[in-house]
Order: sequence, then C-alpha cells, then structure tokens
Amino acid sequence: MPDLLIELFSEEIPARMQARAADDLKKKVTDGLVEAGLTYAGAAAFSTPRRLTLTLDGLLAESPTVREERKGPKVGAPDKAIEGFLRGAGVTRDQLEERETPKGAVYFATIEKPGRPAAEIIAEVLDTTIRNFPWSKSMRWGAGSLRWVRPLHSIICLLSSDEGAEVVPFEIEGINASNTTFGHRFMAPAKVTVSGFDDYAAQLKRAFVVLDPQERADAIWQDATNQAFASGLDVVEDKGLLAEVAGLVEWPVVLMGEIAEDFLGLPAEVLQTSMKEHQKFFSVRNSKTGRIERFITVANRETADNGATILAGNQKVLSARLADAKFFWENDLRVAKSETGMTAWTEKLSNVTFHNKLGTQAARIDRIAALSREIASVVGADADLAEQAAKVAKADLSSEMVYEFPELQGLMGRYYAEAACLPQEVANACEQHYSPLGPSDVVPTEAVSVAVALADKIDTLTGFWAIDEKPTGSKDPFALRRAALGVIRLVLENDDHVALKEIFAKGYEGADVEDLMSFFHDRLKVFLRDQGVRHDVIDACIEMDGNDDLTLLVKRARALQEFLGTDDGVNLVQGFKRANNILTQAEEKDGVEYSYGADRKFATDDAEKALFDALEGDGGAISTAIETEDFAAAMGGLAALRQPIDTFFEAVQVNADNEIVRRNRLNLLSDIRKACGQVADLSQIEG
Amino acid sequence: MTQAPGAPRSFQEIILRLQTYWASKGCAILQPYDMEVGAGTFHPATTLRALGSNAWAAAYVQPSRRPTDGRYGENPNRLQHYYQYQVLIKPSPPDLQELYLGSLAAIGIDMQLHDIRFVEDDWESPTLGAWGLGWEVWCDGMEVSQFTYFQQVGGHDCAPVSGELTYGLERLAMYVLGVDHVMDMPFNDPQSPIALKYGDIFKQTEEEYARWNFDVANTEVLLRHFEEAEAECAAILARDHVDPKTGKRIIMAHPAYDQCIKASHMFNLLDARGVISVTERQAYIGRVRALAKQCADAFVLTEAGGFSNEDAA
Repeated sequence: MPDLLIELFSEEIPARMQARAADDLKKKVTDGLVEAGLTYAGAAAFSTPRRLTLTLDGLLAESPTVREERKGPKVGAPDKAIEGFLRGAGVTRDQLEERETPKGAVYFATIEKPGRPAAEIIAEVLDTTIRNFPWSKSMRWGAGSLRWVRPLHSIICLLSSDEGAEVVPFEIEGINASNTTFGHRFMAPAKVTVSGFDDYAAQLKRAFVVLDPQERADAIWQDATNQAFASGLDVVEDKGLLAEVAGLVEWPVVLMGEIAEDFLGLPAEVLQTSMKEHQKFFSVRNSKTGRIERFITVANRETADNGATILAGNQKVLSARLADAKFFWENDLRVAKSETGMTAWTEKLSNVTFHNKLGTQAARIDRIAALSREIASVVGADADLAEQAAKVAKADLSSEMVYEFPELQGLMGRYYAEAACLPQEVANACEQHYSPLGPSDVVPTEAVSVAVALADKIDTLTGFWAIDEKPTGSKDPFALRRAALGVIRLVLENDDHVALKEIFAKGYEGADVEDLMSFFHDRLKVFLRDQGVRHDVIDACIEMDGNDDLTLLVKRARALQEFLGTDDGVNLVQGFKRANNILTQAEEKDGVEYSYGADRKFATDDAEKALFDALEGDGGAISTAIETEDFAAAMGGLAALRQPIDTFFEAVQVNADNEIVRRNRLNLLSDIRKACGQVADLSQIEG
Repeated sequence: MTQAPGAPRSFQEIILRLQTYWASKGCAILQPYDMEVGAGTFHPATTLRALGSNAWAAAYVQPSRRPTDGRYGENPNRLQHYYQYQVLIKPSPPDLQELYLGSLAAIGIDMQLHDIRFVEDDWESPTLGAWGLGWEVWCDGMEVSQFTYFQQVGGHDCAPVSGELTYGLERLAMYVLGVDHVMDMPFNDPQSPIALKYGDIFKQTEEEYARWNFDVANTEVLLRHFEEAEAECAAILARDHVDPKTGKRIIMAHPAYDQCIKASHMFNLLDARGVISVTERQAYIGRVRALAKQCADAFVLTEAGGFSNEDAA
C-alpha cells in the first residue's frame, strides 16, 4: 500500500495560523480521500513558516468498486418511463433485471462504479482542498486569481511504495506538482528532490529545516532554559510566545543577551511586555531578586560569528525600545509625584469617549466613585477610601505607558498610585478593580478593591441596560456576561450580602432593574450549574424574597440541595406537594383562600393534633432559623415536619363531611405551605 | 544572491545604491511627488497606479511628513519629516522576496551574518481605503521594511495585484551605518571636503516644524483648506469627461487626487494641533477616504487606469 506526501510551499505563513492550517490540511485531504473510498492507515501534518506538510501511510492504491442497485418502473410501464430510467441509471435495456415484488414485476438496474486509481482521486481532492482552504485571511498575488495565505510557490504530491515513488499529476494555476522542495531560505536555498516522507524529513533537516513545530519548540525551550540556568537565571515561561517563536523559524538558534543596566530599574512587567510585544523575546529572571536581567531571542540561522552580529543588533533594538519605555515611565512618575498627582490624568479623560451614548470616561469615573461610596458600607470598606480609589483607578489610561502598552492598564495604576504615596488599599484597587476578568481569574478580597470592582462592573451593566445594548444570543460586544459573572463571583467569594437591586437603582439612571436582576439570575444559574447545583433548586430559591442578595440565595440553594439528597427531603417535598395540590384544588373549587390559620379546637384526630404541635414547634423553629440565615437549621425544621405530615395524610381524610372540620384541615394544609414556603418555593422542585 | 558590495558610508550612498539596484531590476526611477504626503504610498505612482490592469514598475524616494511625530530633533529616531523608499511592481513578480533581499545585500547587509525574517503584518490605510497582506521585514529584530501585496485600493479590488516595498530610510540607514542618533548620521561621505550630517541639514527644520505643527499652525486656516480641498476634489470629478475645448475625453483623476492628498495633510496638521477629538477623528478619516475612493473610481476610467475604448463600447 502506497504512502502519500504533500507539501505546499509558500512565502512566510503567519505564525499564529500555522498549527491550525496543518490540521485543516490533514482534515480536508483525509475527509476527501475517505469520501471517495480511499482509506489510509495513518496521517500526520506539520508546518514551518514556509510549508504545510501532510503525510499519509497505508493508502489504498485504488478505490474499491461500488455496486448500487436502483429500482425502476414496473414491467410493462410505458416506454418513455423505461427510457428515462435507463438514461438516469446509465444502463441499457438488456442489462435490466425483472424481479417480482408485492406490487408486481419491476425492473431493477445494477450500476457499477469501478474503482479509480489513487492518483486521480488525490489530484481532485488536493485541488478542492487548495481552492477551498479555510484561511482566516487569504490573498491573491501577481496576475492570478488563486487565493492562499501568501503566494504559493511549489507543491510536492508524491505517492511512494516499495516499487518506487511517483509524482501525482496535478496542476493548479500554473504550479505543477513535483517531488522537489527547497531548504532553508538562507542556509540551504537549493532545490531538494525527495523520494518519500522519511527521506523528505531527513533531507530537510540536512538543509537546516526542522519540520515538526513541536520539535522546534522543545529545542528552543530546552536550549533557552539551559543557557539561563548556566548563568544562574531562569526563563519566564510563556507558552503562547514559545509557539509563536517556533512558527517564525525553520532552524531555531537561541541567543541570550544582556539588558543594559539603565533599564533594570523598570518594573518587571514593563520589561517583559515590551520585550514580548515588540521583539518576541523571552524574559530571563533572577529568581533571587525577581528582576528581569536578560533576554532570549531566537534567530533563524547559524552564522560564522556564532550569532554575535545578530545579538548585537537585537540588543540595540531593545535598547531603543526600552529607552522609549523608560521615557514613558519617568514622565509618568513625574506626573504621579507632582502636586496634582493622578488627577491630572483623570481630567484628561474628560476628552475620551467611553461610549457615545454613555458619555466620557471622566463622567463614568464620577459615577463609579459615587457608587463605590454606596457599596463600601455593604462590603465593609471605608467609604472615603473607596471613593478615592475609584477616582484614580482608571487614571493610568491617560499615562504614556498605558497608551503604549494597553495591556498594562491597572498594573501601572498601582505603581503610579504608590509613587503618589496614596494609601496602599487605593493602589491595590487600581490594579485589582478590573478583576475578575475571566472565570479563572482571581477575585479581589480587599474591601476597597471589592467595592470599586463591583461599582465598575455595575456601572457598565446598568449603563448598557439603560441604553438597551443588552447581549443577544452569541453577541456580547461589551462583555456584559463577563461583567455580571464578575459581580457574582465578587459577592459570593467574599461572602458579601449586597442587595443588588438597591445598588442597581443607584447605578446608571434608566436601567430596568428587574430585567437586569433576571439577567443576573440567568448568569447565576449557569455559574451554579457548573458547580453541580440543580436548576430546579435554584428556581425554588429565586422565588423567595431577598433574591437579589446572591450570597443568601446561594446559601439557601446549597442547603436545600443537600436536604433534597436525604430521605426526609424527598418525602417532605412529596408531602408538601400533596398538601399544595389538595389546597389549590379546594381553593379553586370554593373560590376562597384558606389562609385564616387553623384552629386546634376543631382537630379531631391524633395525627391531626400531632401536626398542629409540629407546625407550632418546628414551624416556629424554621422562621427563627431563616431570620438568622441558618439554613441548615431551617432544613432540620423541615425534616422534622416530614413525619407528622406523612402520618397526617395516612390517617386523616382532608375532605371530611363536616364542613367545619374540612375547612379547618384545609387551613392546616395552608399552614404547611406557609411553613415550607419560608425556606423555598418547593413547588418548583421536580420529581 | 548579489555579492555584498562593502559597507556604504553615508545616508545618500544608501539611497543611491537602492536607486541603482532597482533601476537594474527594471524599475522606472521616479522623483518624489511634489506635495506634502504622510507616506510614499500616497504618491500617485503607488495609489493610482496600483489600480487597473496596466503593468507598472516604479521606485522612488518620497519625503514624508507626520506632524505628530515631531520631537524637535531630540528623539534619536523620530522625525516629523523623513524619507521613505518605495517600490511598486504590478503584477507582483514571483521572485519579489528574492528581489527585495537582493536590495538589502546591495546596501551592504550581509545575509550570512544577519537574521532576516518576514513577520506577519497586514497593512491597512483607512484614509486611502486600502489594504493588503504581507510582512514587516526584520533584520536582527529591527523592522527595516514593509512588504505588502495590495488587495484593495480606494475600495477597488487590485487585479493584477501589486507588490509594494517600503523602506524607512533613516532607520535602515542608521542600522547599516551603525549610528545611534539620526542627527549624527553622515548625510554625504564623511571624507568629503564639506562633510554634512543629517543634523546639519534637518535639526533646525525639525525644531521649526515641531513648533509650528504643535503650537502655531492656524487651525481655522487649516480647517478651511481641508474643506476647500474636499469641495474642489468633488468639483473636479463632477466635470464632464469630454473637455469642451479640445473635444477630447480628459478625466482629471490626478488633479482631483492632489486635492485628496491636500485634505489628508490638512487633517494630519489639525491632528497634531490637538483640535480633533476621538470621535471627530473617525469622521475626518472617513471624509478623506471618500475622496480617495472617488479619485480611484475616476482613475480606472482613464487610459492609465486600464480603460480602453473597447470597454466603453
């Protein structure tokens, strides 16, 4: 069985697209081949900056012959119908077979699709693959109309077996498939002729091309860590950068260089960001001091001077970059330490639009500051500090450093707030008030940070609710779901009791508070479902008063879920539902609401009296427990009601003949409903 | 690959070598366009000639002005007036990358010692309504050129596609000459009887223009010029294609495009004066783009834009 080698050789493919493209090549080609009946044993795809490569082994030499049977018209049908059938099936009349069916004799045709040689199928599949390749961005070049990520130069399409290798005849827009490729652009640019995948990979390596991106990444990482280790340092790990750098070179050569003394005083994050974003350098850290002291760059070639020229050039570029960063840092520090301090920046934000319907950043900061004050007392923060923190938390957006490196927002705020000698809580809030950004991001715990973080997100949410820019379906351009989840996590993880509806009402004017609250409840359901809380349990708790205090809501839900996991829980819900059903029917029938309270003196049965006792005792215990938010005790109270309710239903007929007794019993059922209703709306519970 | 011809000694030698190199590769060596532009791309030899079906190969130096980048001549590599070297070949030849690398060798970059890389960088000019795919070219980690395959200009698909190379001459030359501050760079041969450095020629003008750009330029006048240029562009294009005097079909795409260039520069000056807010900015860019698009629409109806009488029939 033959093996297939395909290489698409082009000008430099963007690093971020390579891995995906190799996968797509594998999928498109193998899907196409299999669909045409050409199965294979194994497949692997690789990428370098200049090539996408696919190797398949154990491919069928030709597709199997396929027989298809087609049912035609009845025997004796008009000639026209029969001729039509013959044309469609591509057979002649004498090839038809007559067969008896329950509906009489019918013509059948057997159509045979002969197998086709692999090369023919491969050429078709490759053509379709190249013409329909799912590049996120593609282009035309020269005078042609073909699209590829960058100009496509040559194609290997080679079938090889024990007997030898044969180029698959294939042509696309003037490029003929061959068995040749090229080595490293500078170190071995000559043509390379290959006989199969193993030969191809081996020859490429001799021509200074490492085909496998993982092999390049591993080599870079190993060499980088070794060089750093030899100097008593370590490399700051960055998997994304490693993958990107591995996609920029065919022959990685790791070089470590010094950062000039002048720049070592810059914050580590600034060094790291500048080196990574502009130069794609790794940072090398002194683990004792935490300082970034060197950099690692990955060149694409070996040189006679062992990279000395390359390293010197890179060092020079870095110095120019860091001189900029240092310039920004020093200018910013000057502002932060000046008399006006960070407020000079905040004032500038009055020229920056946040959203054309929601005003400027400066206006937003004023709102967040006011809201932070309101929230402060609820989350245990000092109101003055919270307001002060909110006022400077976004000031760094006007700083030169954040203008250059937007990803350093917040962090620079902390540095500058510290430089301005603001209280540490304020400085920390500058950094932390954006958090949590994603589901795995850490939630701030300092009260001042929590207050500002909540105010920031709630201002955003109420603002976009007020101008009716809510998320719809998969569209959430302002990341409002993330903001709501942030609020949920801030409140829950800090165990804060925040009456959100009150806070919403103090947010951006004009937001529909009830609608926003139900959006929060939806987000909460998603969040809790991921943690294994049943949706009906959450629904039962959302029906209760105070459902905008999410901490309370979740405590209630967790206690209820635990209770429902017990025998008492399951039975109590049954009892409750039975009581509820009987009561609801009676209320509908009689047109009254039985909520006057039952009178013990009309109790006739022992079980009935026992239920009176239980509702007085345990029912009272439940309300006390609820008042103190002791949901475990409340569930205990419910558990204690289970036996008397069960016994009551076993022994007593609610719809007694005596109307007074009947009404009293219905009122008793209402008391059950009330007692249970203090804990949750059990009618929402399924099963 | 061309033999490395030894190190150049001055800024002008690098320019001359690029001129000689691209001339030897068949490009028409044009002169700079005689208007203030923000980049070599604005030269009609690129913007307009990238449109239509006619083949084209041109190279030229273009003085470029970016008022907001002025630093009074103090920043080692930021200038409000600088030079770009621009090459445009249509259709883009299959060996354009090799041709480009040859030009680096021609200015003394030894490929055996340096690390040259093509790093993804998609180019877009919102003011020209143009975009393309390509790279920034790195030499030892420094960006030395932009390499772009034009896909669209003035809202028109480019067919055939042009290959565009843009060299930031000062930065490239500083690297090749080993100079750390642009003002210290030898402009002519340092052995000349009257040796001139870049700073001897441009330090004072950088100061003068920085002051004017940032603090003095009359914004009312600039704004009026912007609006006049915008109106004139539309007025030119609104004229009948047939000239009543000569009876010839003369579409005035180039004069109209001059007005587009003028409007673009007025916008840049207004921007440097800090009188354009973030929201207004987008609106101004949109207005310039609309002009560029109308000029492109007009150019493709001209002979240079690939229009033939058969098209008309």
